[in-house]
Amino acid sequence: MAKFFAVTIIVIAILSAIPILRHTWVAPEDISKHGHLIDEQMSETMAEAGISFLAAQFVLAFFIWKFSNPRPDAKLKNFPGGAKGLVIAALLVVGIEVMALGIFGVKAWANVYLTPPSADAMPIQVQAGQFAFYFRYPGPDGKFGPIHPELINEGSQNFYGLDPEHDVESRDDIVTAEMAIPVNKEIHLLMHSKDVGHSFFVRELRVQQDFVPGLDVSLHFTATKIGKYEIVCTQLCGLGHYNMKAYLSVLSQQDFDDWLKKEQAMQ
Amino acid sequence: MHDMSAHAVQHHVPPTSFIRKHVFSLDHKVIGKQYYALALVAAICGMALSWFMRIHLAWTNAAIPGLQLLSKNGAPGGVMTPEYYLQLMTMHGTIMVFFVLTTAPFAAFGNFFLPIQVGAEDMPFPHFNMMSFWVTFAGFVVLMASFFTADGPTLGGWTQYAPLNAVGSVGGPGQGTGVVLWMAAIALFCVGQLLGSLNFIPTTLDLRTKGMSLMRLPLSAWAWFITSCMGLTAFAVLMPACILAILDHVAGTSFFVASNLVMNDQLLPHSGGSTLLWQHLFWFFGHPEVYIAIVPGIGIVSHILITNMRKPMLSQRVLIYSMGALAVLSYMVYGHHMFVSGMNPFSSLAFSFPTLVITIPSTIVVLIWTFSLYGSKLRINSASLFALGFISMFVSGGVSGFFLAQPSIDILLHATYFVVGHFHLVMGVAAMFGIFAGTYFWAPKMFGRMMNETLGKIHFWLSFVGAYCIFMPFHYLGMAGNVRRYSAFVDDFLQPLIPVHRFITIAALITGAAQLIFLYNLIHSRFWGKPAPDNPWEATSLEWSTPTPPPFDNFGGKLPVVYHDPYQYGVQSSAGDYVMQASPEQVKTEHEEK
Repeated sequence: MAKFFAVTIIVIAILSAIPILRHTWVAPEDISKHGHLIDEQMSETMAEAGISFLAAQFVLAFFIWKFSNPRPDAKLKNFPGGAKGLVIAALLVVGIEVMALGIFGVKAWANVYLTPPSADAMPIQVQAGQFAFYFRYPGPDGKFGPIHPELINEGSQNFYGLDPEHDVESRDDIVTAEMAIPVNKEIHLLMHSKDVGHSFFVRELRVQQDFVPGLDVSLHFTATKIGKYEIVCTQLCGLGHYNMKAYLSVLSQQDFDDWLKKEQAMQ
Repeated sequence: MHDMSAHAVQHHVPPTSFIRKHVFSLDHKVIGKQYYALALVAAICGMALSWFMRIHLAWTNAAIPGLQLLSKNGAPGGVMTPEYYLQLMTMHGTIMVFFVLTTAPFAAFGNFFLPIQVGAEDMPFPHFNMMSFWVTFAGFVVLMASFFTADGPTLGGWTQYAPLNAVGSVGGPGQGTGVVLWMAAIALFCVGQLLGSLNFIPTTLDLRTKGMSLMRLPLSAWAWFITSCMGLTAFAVLMPACILAILDHVAGTSFFVASNLVMNDQLLPHSGGSTLLWQHLFWFFGHPEVYIAIVPGIGIVSHILITNMRKPMLSQRVLIYSMGALAVLSYMVYGHHMFVSGMNPFSSLAFSFPTLVITIPSTIVVLIWTFSLYGSKLRINSASLFALGFISMFVSGGVSGFFLAQPSIDILLHATYFVVGHFHLVMGVAAMFGIFAGTYFWAPKMFGRMMNETLGKIHFWLSFVGAYCIFMPFHYLGMAGNVRRYSAFVDDFLQPLIPVHRFITIAALITGAAQLIFLYNLIHSRFWGKPAPDNPWEATSLEWSTPTPPPFDNFGGKLPVVYHDPYQYGVQSSAGDYVMQASPEQVKTEHEEK
């Protein structure tokens, strides 16, 4: 039975590795300027974790095969070098391995979170609420009008609680249910929630960020490929969480300008 | 350390009435069995919920026979509504994490065996111990009561993030009374575990019998001691957090609700609270909780493996220090649950490095286990199979931690099924394997009957292969971006992943059914199993020195004296290849730690 167990461990380990090696289920192609750093970090981690996983399972299986149910006269032995060698190996090999991952990973993280957006990044607001996203573009004046939470009213489609009658900056603001951005243009996404926690996740953009009720959070990214992608909520926000999504259209500059004009006309 | 060998210090006299003997018992062994029974009932409930969830995820519109009996509104005609899925998911996670993974390996086995393993006749505060169980039981009853409220249990997930946990019923079904009951249940649970920890620590430090130095404690006793230290600090943070959340509901406070939030076009009557405060308080408990669930398993598995290898681990000390390092580091890493939460991005880096460092003691533990097998005389039985399976699962679940420890990769994997696969393998399945190993190993001592080995092995094979079939594909789903906590997969990119979910569901149903074999084996052997000898595994620690089942005061009026390290195997003694801790027989040991 022990030998069968050893073989089972090895078979499970190999079968587990096959979809990884064949890239059966992977993240979709990256369409962001920063995403390749995350993907490289992911690949390096996969290599190190994969080798650790296979090595640990194989050694475990080998020892189970070799040392179970021995002859009665078999002598007990200790692994040469004892615990000291193993501890040193763990400290050196695993220590260096994980520290390297940590240090190299800082670059990918810093690119998204520790560098400020460039001065000419396009600001777009996104508001999350049960169970929809709404986007706001500042219009020709380049300024967002103030939000009055007490004026938020979905019935009258005042999703942001704007008061254009009194706030000049609000008058040209464009509020949409779909997000469109120009390709190769840095976006400065200003995020807030109107009710509970939500999240903004676009797999292709390699972007995921929670909305924190009561806090303004921001992100910046540049999309490099024209197309239509899904924005989904990843923070449990209530019964409609699974259905909270919007579409992101990455357009050429010309198409984006046309889209924005059309949306403005519909306000 | 007290010298109590000459006389047994009776903290309380043997009970005579049925109630004092079996219900409100002060005996740590009865309390341990009560905790085990509670964990068993909770595990059955939690597993049944997971079946319902899995069927719904694979076949969203399928009618599940009988589900409408649980909730007419939540499952009209047996078809689960989206909100009811979330409610069952929340209850599954809560029941499993708190009432199974914490109670069984720590409170159940720890209560029964820690006093015996240290050579004491009971815990120092038996009344606290009795309260510990009954308060925990009350917590379970309060939690389950939420099924019977008008709009059912809370749907906010076992993490109960703010402000959804504090806005009241406007947040959705179960977010009013359901949340209050959840918070009350968990606060009660925390009180129960605090009382338990307050007993475990002095039991280990002050009630050791003569000759039982700290380094002579078995690894299981060390694990329970370390876990109780974590419990004392972690539950002490979660309990007040739950009380604050209840106050947000019933007293009009705003600890966790920020200003100017709008729901249903109405401004909420809250101001000035902090959403992230809940996350900090919860995860300050939550990450140590992972180790509260798994460290007892590490100790139990070490204890069982040594007995079945017939030789000690390469280093007892290194294992103890590693468990201690895991416990200390567990408080410094909790922010890795919050990389994309909106906290300061520099904090993410600060939490990332200790998370990566925690890999080192984990690796050391695995290396010590694995390389201790070298040159052993490994006995294969149900207990050792589950202990070896624990190692395999601990490794598989552990390596995915490499990914989630890094904030940059977390951008891609956060809140996906990758996380679900990771924690189910490393703290769910591995901890369950520790519980099963402990049950097959200790049931003879607890119940006086041997469990059926053939059924135990069938249970193992189905569980081992089944658990991999369920939880390994979760990682692949996560890598493809499958978001967790969705009651249905409506997004375009999720459609190709539905067949994987169906495979997982079938595996879950089969693996779940295999647990019925365990249940049958446990109940059948409890009443009709072969009577167990005092030391069926030829083991060395003190629980095997005492009669089966142990007498009321554990050692029949005279506490034992300890003469040896806990694991004296591979020696020539009158008993065979081992010498028991309480045996005065002097033997030459070949495996003393250098």
